[in-house]
Amino acid sequence: MSIVHYWRALSGIAGRELLRFLYQRERFVSALVRPLVWLFVFAAGFRAALGVAIMPPYETYILYEVYITPGLLGMIQLFNGMQSSLSMVYDREMGSMRILMVSPLPRWFLLCAKLLAGTLVSILQAYVFLAIAWAYEIQPPWQGYFYVAPALLLSGMMLGALGLLLSTFIRQLENFAGVMNFVIFPLFFMSTALYPLWKIKESSEILYTLAQYNPFSQAVEAIRFALYQQWNWTALAATAASFLLFIGAAILGYNPSKGMMVKKGGGGD
Amino acid sequence: MSVAALTVTNLSFAYGEKKALDRVEFSVAEGECAILLGPNGAGKSTLFALITRLYDTRQGEIELCGFSLRKQSLQALARLGVVFQQTTLDPDLTVTENLRYHAALHGMRRKTADARIQEELERLAMFDRRFEKVRFLNGGHRRRVEIARALLHQPKLLLLDEPTVGLDAPSRQAIVSHVHELVAEQHLAVLWATHLFDEVAAEDSLLVLDKGVIKGRGKLESLLAEHQAGNVADLFARLTNQGAKR
Repeated sequence: MSIVHYWRALSGIAGRELLRFLYQRERFVSALVRPLVWLFVFAAGFRAALGVAIMPPYETYILYEVYITPGLLGMIQLFNGMQSSLSMVYDREMGSMRILMVSPLPRWFLLCAKLLAGTLVSILQAYVFLAIAWAYEIQPPWQGYFYVAPALLLSGMMLGALGLLLSTFIRQLENFAGVMNFVIFPLFFMSTALYPLWKIKESSEILYTLAQYNPFSQAVEAIRFALYQQWNWTALAATAASFLLFIGAAILGYNPSKGMMVKKGGGGD
Repeated sequence: MSVAALTVTNLSFAYGEKKALDRVEFSVAEGECAILLGPNGAGKSTLFALITRLYDTRQGEIELCGFSLRKQSLQALARLGVVFQQTTLDPDLTVTENLRYHAALHGMRRKTADARIQEELERLAMFDRRFEKVRFLNGGHRRRVEIARALLHQPKLLLLDEPTVGLDAPSRQAIVSHVHELVAEQHLAVLWATHLFDEVAAEDSLLVLDKGVIKGRGKLESLLAEHQAGNVADLFARLTNQGAKR
């Protein structure tokens, strides 16, 4: 197998994901509406209730809307990651996952390519959101828009890998509601997406610890610092480590001999 | 003689305690159409899951054109074309987009891919529908697209897992005769799982699978003579009844 084969396969998988995304306009709109509602309604309401002190990477007092913007970028990627986990379950039910798996490329590569394709879609959504936020006067330095790209890539891959891992456990489409309740909500609410760590510490020590070690917090912080032209190395390293952990487990899960496929009897009779 | 397109040796598989395949052995040569007949639950889908590497072979060996599926899986899979029982096309994409995706997975150049897509679609009289979304195609046409897709990368072995289920009589007939033409003209090896007796042609080989065990294999005519059966249905009943008595 040549490098060119890998490259063609990767562009094929990414191209398919982008086409699917463009054809499903309602998916695009709903992916944007969710964080925008949080920005326009929730954040506007909380602006008065929550004061955010000066803290890195911010150099001045900021509005609450500015604070939660990186968290909402994380939210876009979190939902996207889980949605592609849903699409994996759906694909497997529909059988197109089998078409992917039967192609003559290593399985780890196929899964990573699928992950990267989903992440590119989430980055696209994130930039559209940032453009709307800019019009709403949430305007980080222009260089931040470049800095944030690698952070979004890493966090998107990490959250996508988490979704991929979950898809090895989920057998049916209906179980996605469980993912919402037990994965998406806890990850999002127990993180620094909505409140800074010190604020959480004021109210609960346990929540503080959970939020600190939550991989989603680390992803959000990596995005937050990058948006203001800084690299938060701790957050980036923690996100990368979580990515490796999740993708490793997911590849194991999709391994034909060790994984869940046999236990679940995914092949028919 | 050249290497067989598919060789299955001493293949067993179990889901926990439940045995799905028990020491299955057969081969399919180039230019041979082997029909795998078996009732529901006979182990056909398990066999296909093993040949397509959804599960790993634990006991026994599967070789495609001399390449071991376990040790040289990528070379082996490159020679395999599959039509799964459930439809595996993306309904939101057009016929061409679906086929290009498959071509990319096989590392084909865009130009080569487009030429192959045209060739295969024309052969199946689907070229005019290439820009239509799969969602708007009927079951028979979707199947044709899936067959075209399975042949794009010019495999040596074509696996068909009950491809005619749910199709009307003319669509079924069209697929049966198309596949037999491919075998005759291109020396393609075909393994076709079905439970419909009328899909078996006189020149086909037959593999009768029941409860995970091969109950009969060979050319249709010689099997009919050997078991003194008048037709495929009769032969099938005799072979599977023998199994029940044992």
